[in-house]
Amino acid sequence: MPKLPKLPAPPIPAPLRAPPPRPGDGNGNGGPIEQGKEAGITVVDWVDERTMLSGSMRWLLFRKVPKGNWFYTLGSATLFAFLSQAVTGVFLAMYYRPDPSGGAYESIRYVTNDVFLGQFVRGMHKWGSSVMVILIFLHMARTFFFGAYKYPRELNWVIGVVLLILTMVMSFTGYLLPFDQRAYWATIVGVNINGTGPLLGPYLSDFLRAGPEFGATTLSRFYAIHMLLVPGAIAALIGAHLYLVTKLGVTAPPWSKVEPNPELNSRQA
Amino acid sequence: MPDKHAQHKSKYTSDRLIPGAFAGETVTRRRLMTGGAHTAGAIAASAFALPALGFAVGPIFKSEPHHWETVGSVDAFPDDNYIPQIITTTPGIGEAGKTTVYLRKRNASIDIDKPDQYNQYIAISTRCAHLGCPVRWVDAAERFICPCHGGVYDLLGRRVGGPPVRPLDRFYTRVVNNEVQIGPRYSVNSELRRFSPRDPGEPIDGIGQYMYPSRPSARKL
Repeated sequence: MPKLPKLPAPPIPAPLRAPPPRPGDGNGNGGPIEQGKEAGITVVDWVDERTMLSGSMRWLLFRKVPKGNWFYTLGSATLFAFLSQAVTGVFLAMYYRPDPSGGAYESIRYVTNDVFLGQFVRGMHKWGSSVMVILIFLHMARTFFFGAYKYPRELNWVIGVVLLILTMVMSFTGYLLPFDQRAYWATIVGVNINGTGPLLGPYLSDFLRAGPEFGATTLSRFYAIHMLLVPGAIAALIGAHLYLVTKLGVTAPPWSKVEPNPELNSRQA
Repeated sequence: MPDKHAQHKSKYTSDRLIPGAFAGETVTRRRLMTGGAHTAGAIAASAFALPALGFAVGPIFKSEPHHWETVGSVDAFPDDNYIPQIITTTPGIGEAGKTTVYLRKRNASIDIDKPDQYNQYIAISTRCAHLGCPVRWVDAAERFICPCHGGVYDLLGRRVGGPPVRPLDRFYTRVVNNEVQIGPRYSVNSELRRFSPRDPGEPIDGIGQYMYPSRPSARKL
């Protein structure tokens, strides 16, 4: 049978027609917004092609977590308290002078009274330190009461305890820096408490004071410990803490009633 | 098959059938290079770590020269009550380097420590022997009283109440040209026997003197 010539197709009604390709989709011919988007994607692709960071980001951020509750946010709350302390501390360091013969107190007075937003930033740092300590203890309580310190997460508990101690060192060394009467005498008492440890205590308090008496370099020593030594250690240990959280996963809450995999059970039996 | 452990007994690498071994060689070149690289790294790290550590702990072992400060003429101080004097223990840091000392003439009917050239005048430190707060002499009660945690001391600086672990520290005093001078600090035990200066909170009676060793840099006069 000879083929019949094909009739031209009837026009498709507009609502049923496939939408035309949008400008900029794949061809980069769109407006400045499209071009900006393309440029951003290009930059991210360029970095990712050379570092393969997106895999790490997926590993860190898109992982399975048990159905928890708001108590699970205390760890990141502590992290943000630390970040707040770090940022405000860096900017306070732009004005602070660790000079025991009046300069330290004067620089703090200047920050508090004269610098634009100075009282606010200093207040963030001062009150934020208490917030950080409180959040650490709440986070620690959550870990304890949910049994999240048990195998295989013991090392993360140990790292957390070291972080707690380092935060206490930060609180102790930071307390001296305003160099008012309260700061001075609290430090005298605190250093002497360190000295009451048998055998090594006297050497520890001499190390903190840089000598047998509160001296010319005690304040700068505390300042260096407060803003260089301990923050670096805390940042490194937070990295280890987060790595272990990601590697080992988040503990399910003790009331979680997830049925274990029957296959695993039969294999155990 | 020969015992494979038996092969490792020879000290020569060629006997141990290590590929590329030289005759007479006892350590493989790979092992030597690894050890050398580790040693070089350790030396490089110690080159900055050890000086930095010594820099930080150095002040513990540094001994300061004795400093004598003149506070007044010999007849300015009674032998039955204390006169507060402000002396400088750390020069160059303003108020933070000063401390108050309570001074009186030695009174043979009160003082029980052995008289010598350094205690013709009794200089009591205001640094509380509990944790270092400043005590004050309360004349009405004839007691030194600490505002922080309630330490109480008698006229000779011996503890009569509260948490302090030993009597108040003292300073050596001497008389030069009819002027009283206050010198370095020393600590005393409950019998007012002299010890090299210890920090507050460190008992020096009995086993305490061994639990809280003295500074190598600060000795008795």
